[in-house]
Amino acid sequence: MSIEHSQTKLTKADFVSDQMVKWCPGCGDHAILASVLGIFPEIGYKKENFCVVSGIGCSSRFPYYVNTYGFHGIHGRAAAIATGVKIANPHLSVWINSGDGDATAIGGNHFIHVIRRNMDVNYILFNNRIYGLTKGQYSPTTKQGQITKTSPYGVIDYPFNPGELVIGARGNFFARAIDNSPKTLGEVCRAMAAFDGAAIVEVLQNCVIFNDKTHREVTDREFREERQLWLEQDKPMIFGKAKDKGIMLKGNSLEVVEIGKDGVTEKDLLVHDATTENTGIHMMLAQMAPPAFPMAFGVIRAVKKPTYNQLFEQQMLEVKAGSKIQCMDDLLNSGETWEIK
Amino acid sequence: MTTKKLIEKEDVVVKFVGDSGDGMQLTGTLFSDTSALDGNDIATFPDYPAEIRAPHNTIAGVSGFQVHIGKRIFSSGDKCDVLVAMNPASLSSNLKWVKRGGIVIVDADTFTQDVLEKAGYKSDPFTDDSFSSYTVIKAPMTSMTAEAVKDIFTDKKSAERSRNMFALGMIFFLFNKELDHTDSYLEKKFKKNPDIVNANKAVVRAGYNYCENTDVLPQHQVNVQEAVMPKGKYRNITGNIATAWGLLAAAEKANLPLFLGSYPITPATEILVEITKHKALGARVFQAEDEIAGICSAIGASFAGAMACTSTSGPGLSLKAEAIGLAVMTELPLVIVNVQRGGPSTGLPTKTEQSDLYQALFGRNGEAPCIVVAASTPSNCFYWAFEASRLALEHMTPTILLTDGYLGNGSQLFRIPRMADLPKINPPFATPNDTTYAPYKRDPETLVRQWAIPGMEGLRHRIGGLEKLDGKGSVSSDSANHELMSKFRNEKVQRVADTIPNQVVYGDEDADLLVVGWGGTEGNLKLAVEEMREEGHKIALTHFNYIMPLPKNTGDILKKYKKIVVCELNMGQFVNYLRMNFQTLAFQQYNKIQGLPFEVTELKEKFNQILGE
Repeated sequence: MSIEHSQTKLTKADFVSDQMVKWCPGCGDHAILASVLGIFPEIGYKKENFCVVSGIGCSSRFPYYVNTYGFHGIHGRAAAIATGVKIANPHLSVWINSGDGDATAIGGNHFIHVIRRNMDVNYILFNNRIYGLTKGQYSPTTKQGQITKTSPYGVIDYPFNPGELVIGARGNFFARAIDNSPKTLGEVCRAMAAFDGAAIVEVLQNCVIFNDKTHREVTDREFREERQLWLEQDKPMIFGKAKDKGIMLKGNSLEVVEIGKDGVTEKDLLVHDATTENTGIHMMLAQMAPPAFPMAFGVIRAVKKPTYNQLFEQQMLEVKAGSKIQCMDDLLNSGETWEIK
Repeated sequence: MTTKKLIEKEDVVVKFVGDSGDGMQLTGTLFSDTSALDGNDIATFPDYPAEIRAPHNTIAGVSGFQVHIGKRIFSSGDKCDVLVAMNPASLSSNLKWVKRGGIVIVDADTFTQDVLEKAGYKSDPFTDDSFSSYTVIKAPMTSMTAEAVKDIFTDKKSAERSRNMFALGMIFFLFNKELDHTDSYLEKKFKKNPDIVNANKAVVRAGYNYCENTDVLPQHQVNVQEAVMPKGKYRNITGNIATAWGLLAAAEKANLPLFLGSYPITPATEILVEITKHKALGARVFQAEDEIAGICSAIGASFAGAMACTSTSGPGLSLKAEAIGLAVMTELPLVIVNVQRGGPSTGLPTKTEQSDLYQALFGRNGEAPCIVVAASTPSNCFYWAFEASRLALEHMTPTILLTDGYLGNGSQLFRIPRMADLPKINPPFATPNDTTYAPYKRDPETLVRQWAIPGMEGLRHRIGGLEKLDGKGSVSSDSANHELMSKFRNEKVQRVADTIPNQVVYGDEDADLLVVGWGGTEGNLKLAVEEMREEGHKIALTHFNYIMPLPKNTGDILKKYKKIVVCELNMGQFVNYLRMNFQTLAFQQYNKIQGLPFEVTELKEKFNQILGE
């Protein structure tokens, strides 16, 4: 769907709103906001053609802080609202901000269906594994056993892994990033913006107040090089401080191997292909987690398919071209009618 | 051949009943369309079970279609003059709807011992006095149908499928109707299968000739008088189709794309099905994953500049309640169509009721006023859908349109309007690059805010469900501001009353009794009041379509009458709404909650009783 570009070069200042940002100091949301404000001018669309939609939660305050057309919806419904925006006006670039509670609990139904339909929207899922705005109850992504306000004896729910959910819902684009790594976060958002269709980015986001360091086992300085695998298209999957570890496919499963050990060379490693339709490797990559595996980051899956909106517009044109009924007078007078004189 | 005398009647009610799958809806539709083409006024109502195909020959599986034809028709009628019953179960469940002295036509071949037992008959009803008040015609429809098609179909099953056409042929003879409309329908419908066309044509004629050549019918044919109606071009239309078309017409008049976000639900599904057909008219239809997504997508579409609608029935409206509040807060135009059915919960999905009025008026958190209007006949669903859209768009307020299962599935003649004759719809669009634009700046007279559409230059803004600062529209939790905004939202809806027509009264200004109704009961109330006036009673009717706000002269009308009775298909929701608004007046009420429309006879009985007190 063509979206009109700006005649003038835009800068970050064009997208900063006049509202005071009210997230807690140290919240991961600040970094995500900075990344988005950084890439909007790069994307190049007219500033009036961005529409940012959210649900409820800390992350859902996002639209107020971006100077575009914005809509702050109700809990869980951002994807449904954004769907209406995009179908009504396909010439808008539609962005959704949602938290783990908003997207995978109360809004779970809309989340899987916006993905299944391949609606042309950019969806940033802020995953801090906790309900922040209501002050610390467990969410569908909270780790089993964790003590929270509503799990004083530990969470017994099995958590969702958003990547599995996206791929399971027939998602065509899934990427993962970290709030404290602005460069890679920007890259992932750029890839999302360039992708036509439902593009989901899960950002491991830290809630300093209610779930501090929830992601530390992969994001902390001391672990990150050994526990983060940054995927690059057509490149072997290598990680580790010394770039000496890699991922190999053995039988039906992935395995961490050391390059140079037991005769393993770079050539034996899996080469990342986000564009393959087969979900097998992508699903396994999305599932990898410490301590046995590094966690996969970057674009895990990006498969090009016609979007809902392309199919929708195409069908509208075809139906219109083939229809005898072109206006309401035609419809009112169609079929069986008769005169009373 | 016997010669039959032709007698005239002002109107007749014919009901076709059988097993679902016996083709009763089609049979009834062919009879009503033929009558309409023949010059009669018509109204129809299907009566179908919630089950798609309940066990064969059981009462749970009975499906019916009632047709009322005549000179001047207000409703699909109470009791029928003629009942056509294709099996014992349909006869046993519908005999109570036949007028005393009415004609009952049955397929005699189906009255076997085992089928009678399935229908709950302990003994053969023809051998006792079950039918002493009726003229019963036992036609061997199944065997005569098989005989008529024996050169085309040799298997019993294919032959029996046309049984309904035999019944139709009998009715056509009884009411002196031509067969050509049915012929052309069959030719079109089964274009690819000439055997089916020929078989059905042969069976209709077999039924017709059976009556013409024998004495099974009473010694006369009936000529139903032609309608006396305003000149014009007409068609038959159901309330749901009329609703769909009214929404499409409003979008065209507003020069906006129509967006419909809906989830299938009985009895509202037809609106979604119909609008989806009309992508050529620019209808952007989204079948959502649930009721909530239906309305939320519509709110998104409204924000993005479409004429947005969602259609549903009672339980669906409950699911949409939170989102309606969002539309109230964001002050976006949105049409919510509720085709009411029997509740609460899943209730009576295929039956009619008016019990969602409270829900429409009050069913949201917070002070959340909406405009509420109600259609009152199948064909005026077109105009009320149009009006609901106009009000939503011009007043930037979610508007609930109440219809019901009786209106939605019922049909009526519809005088086809010209689009040029419908009013233009003018939404309050903001002007691009207007430096004074603020999302919640209001028109001082109507209190309506402006609509700035994403993509418009110089008008970027954010809105949402949090309370808004007066004018600027930024988030505000200031207490005085909240009260001010709450009053604005309410007053904006109240001021709609300045722009709508006055309420009218049918009947005498000095009547002894004022009958009050609203929504889908208009036809029966009107008929009851008219008949009582003809009988010499001083009685009047005022029937409401504008519910919130009420027309400005409502109080003036009500004050004129000593006795007022409010009739509705619920336990008294509108009467209590009137009591709330007019606390000094005394209202009586007449309520029915049986999933069925009012009957004229029961209404008259009630009115006579009140008049006699």
